[in-house]
Amino acid sequence: MLKLNVNGKPREVDVEPDMPLLWVLRDHLALPGAKYGCGVAQCGACTVLVDGAAVRSCVMTAAAAVGKKVVTIEGLQANGLHPLQEAWIEHEVPQCGYCQTGMILSAVALLKDKLRPTDADIDQAMTNLCRCGTYPRVREAIHAVAAKSAPKKA
Amino acid sequence: MNVNRRGFLKASVALGGAFSLEFSFPLAAMAARGMPAPEVNAWVVIHPDDRVVVRIARSEMGQGTYTALAQLVAEELDCDWAKVSSEFASPNEHIRRQRIWGSMSTGGSQGVRGSQDYVRKAGAAARVMLVNAAAARWKVPAAECTADRGVITHASSKRTLRYGEVATEAAKLKPPQDVALRDPKDWKIAGKAMHRFDIPDKVMGKPVFGVDVALPGMLHASIAQCPVFGGTLKSVDESVAGKMRGVKKVVRESDFVAVVADSWWRADQALQALKIEWDAGANGNASTASIMAMLREGLADPNLPQARKVGDADTALAGAAKVIEAEYSSPYLNHATMEPQTCTAWLKPEGFLEVWTSTQNGEASMTAAAETSGLPLEKVEVHKMMLGGGFGRRGPQDYVVQGVKIAMAMAGTPVKMMWSREEDMQHGFYRPASVVRMKAGLDAAGNLIALHTRIACPSILKVLMPQALGANGIDFTAVRTLSDMPYAVPHQQVDYAMRNGHVPVGFWRAPGQQNAYYRECFIDELAIAAGKDPLAYRLAMLKPGDKNRLVLESAAKAAGWGDALQPGVHRGLAVADGFGSYAAMVAEVSVSAKGEVKVQRIVVAIDSGYVVNPDTCCAQAESNVAYGLGSILYQENTVKNGRIVESNFRDFPLPQMSEMPKVETVLVPTGGFWGGHGEPAILPLTPAVCNAIFAATGKRIRSLPLKHHDLRRA
Repeated sequence: MLKLNVNGKPREVDVEPDMPLLWVLRDHLALPGAKYGCGVAQCGACTVLVDGAAVRSCVMTAAAAVGKKVVTIEGLQANGLHPLQEAWIEHEVPQCGYCQTGMILSAVALLKDKLRPTDADIDQAMTNLCRCGTYPRVREAIHAVAAKSAPKKA
Repeated sequence: MNVNRRGFLKASVALGGAFSLEFSFPLAAMAARGMPAPEVNAWVVIHPDDRVVVRIARSEMGQGTYTALAQLVAEELDCDWAKVSSEFASPNEHIRRQRIWGSMSTGGSQGVRGSQDYVRKAGAAARVMLVNAAAARWKVPAAECTADRGVITHASSKRTLRYGEVATEAAKLKPPQDVALRDPKDWKIAGKAMHRFDIPDKVMGKPVFGVDVALPGMLHASIAQCPVFGGTLKSVDESVAGKMRGVKKVVRESDFVAVVADSWWRADQALQALKIEWDAGANGNASTASIMAMLREGLADPNLPQARKVGDADTALAGAAKVIEAEYSSPYLNHATMEPQTCTAWLKPEGFLEVWTSTQNGEASMTAAAETSGLPLEKVEVHKMMLGGGFGRRGPQDYVVQGVKIAMAMAGTPVKMMWSREEDMQHGFYRPASVVRMKAGLDAAGNLIALHTRIACPSILKVLMPQALGANGIDFTAVRTLSDMPYAVPHQQVDYAMRNGHVPVGFWRAPGQQNAYYRECFIDELAIAAGKDPLAYRLAMLKPGDKNRLVLESAAKAAGWGDALQPGVHRGLAVADGFGSYAAMVAEVSVSAKGEVKVQRIVVAIDSGYVVNPDTCCAQAESNVAYGLGSILYQENTVKNGRIVESNFRDFPLPQMSEMPKVETVLVPTGGFWGGHGEPAILPLTPAVCNAIFAATGKRIRSLPLKHHDLRRA
């Protein structure tokens, strides 16, 4: 039995220590918000937060997640929507939507580090792949949230 | 009887025949289905609390049809948009009701343009029935009643009724014979940038996709298909895999092996531990080189059928002041949907098969499931899930056939099959590789007087829709844009060499889009040879009033064609029509001293006649740019030993945020026709970018992707 902390709750799972966290979440904890896209950390559709950092859960083993705080899209906001989710709706960001939960969690990690990211910061942090081409709107939505939440320069 | 019998009969012809004349659904049958709210007609369900549910037959893959069609219905229904939602029409019910929802096929940018007539009539008919029901209750003439935002008013008696209060009565009324549709000028709900219905669930991570299906007792399957197309399974040694944790069964079929386990990862681990021997069959030696040789042999064939013949191109070429020739080519391309192919199937003990899948055609999925299982259509239901990308990949139903075969081997237990990315990359229906040779004759003034084009290209229709092949075996998807040029050229000939090879080909976003690249880059070559501006050269060949002309002028104006640019930035331009619309694009590109290409800005002008949701249309233009950009820069699928070489995003990269240009979309709908938006904007992309690269470097890009070209400054 592995003891994990997922979305603020202790969870016990009877899985192989080397099972990737993605499959623990999807098939053993009924949290399908993180998606499989490539299995080799190339696309970021499986992104979750581990101790606040954006992590590609398809290459992180279940054992490596023990003792850490895992947050998935399902647990991002206890009630209602996270400001990034609201901005995603406002700016009509998703198309097919498959990569978007990973995009949002990458953006959460970015804004934690940088209150007011530049375009270059966004380019560097947001390496999730999107086949539909939502990139311009992802950028817009991140800037919109940053503009609302960051204190104005004196 | 029908809303508009003539209209529906016309729709029936357009849809290929089997369109239903049934319209209202018998209440008894409705009760039998346990329907909670009255169905005013097949498209419109109105709850007592006024919530309106619009049934959508087409699939949703991010293109917005799920919302845009509801806008069209709600527009004619005159209801409160805040109370409208959509649901997918059931494919099983569709069959039982004689295909009442028209086409479920979602491709060719048809979602809105192919359904707009009958869904608008459905909304309008429901409105008439609701008003008639209120008038009957009040015992006043219907003509004295008006409807607005879901409320029916009898002005002189100052009485009102909400749609939800009369929906049950309305459902019992005879549908009107004829309905008038609103002039798009007066639209209040259609034509507006309404928020898409599917987005909130997607940002919350709700389980809406095919891969998200979860059923009690469900098992998971990962599959391996014969890596050589057309090959078969020889043997499987499961001595190790069969004992691995969670493994329930190894399923053997003639062309694939599947492992069923209690989680997908366990199934996939065991699959990799199987020792599988394949019989490659006849294609084990095929390679990109052998396929290119096959295409070039086609170009040399003296007896090719002609897709177009106007005037006498060869005679005119013989007398031309200047003759210019070029060969262009393109590689195979996978769709690479972010969600791999997936199908969940459950053969229930009572002999009913349920399927959950991401499909571009619910009816085709049902047919495939029924044929595979041997069950009649009525004993099959397909639950249409949201698609994690489609782009033409999810029309063919290979993955549904596999999912159903696995479910039959596991009868009684639901099994969710999902392909690995590697399977998905190597078992697609690829955009055909093709080679064209173009020979142009210019007169002394540089005008294009003759164009002879020879095209060698595998046929998509031959594989997927042989009944749609034209006379002489012409596949219109292989010749379009070259065989139907808008340019006034007195002598034209287009020859088509169908050379198929063993790699399965399919409808990759805007099938035939490579021809727009060939045509519009070659036209650029001619303009340069004639010493003319590429915009002026094109406009001179387009008749006044041609919509290609309008979009070219709109894009050029919005982009500032001819204005000074920042140092190091260069422009290219292209135009093409297709999928009912017209699209022109200006690309601004820089090429570094090291030869790195950066597309800085794209300006695209689109005339689709009407625009139902402008924001979604702009999103589709952005999408076409991103989708096409990877194919310009680095994507290709190559063949070695009969199999596809590329296996994941490492060797078939997708552009990321930092590579995405600024996209400015100019919608110039001129009315009078209905064009699509899912595909047209990809048509001018490749040539506009490659023409800009020529402007930047003087190097003409006649084959893709760019990674094979050395663009370093000499």
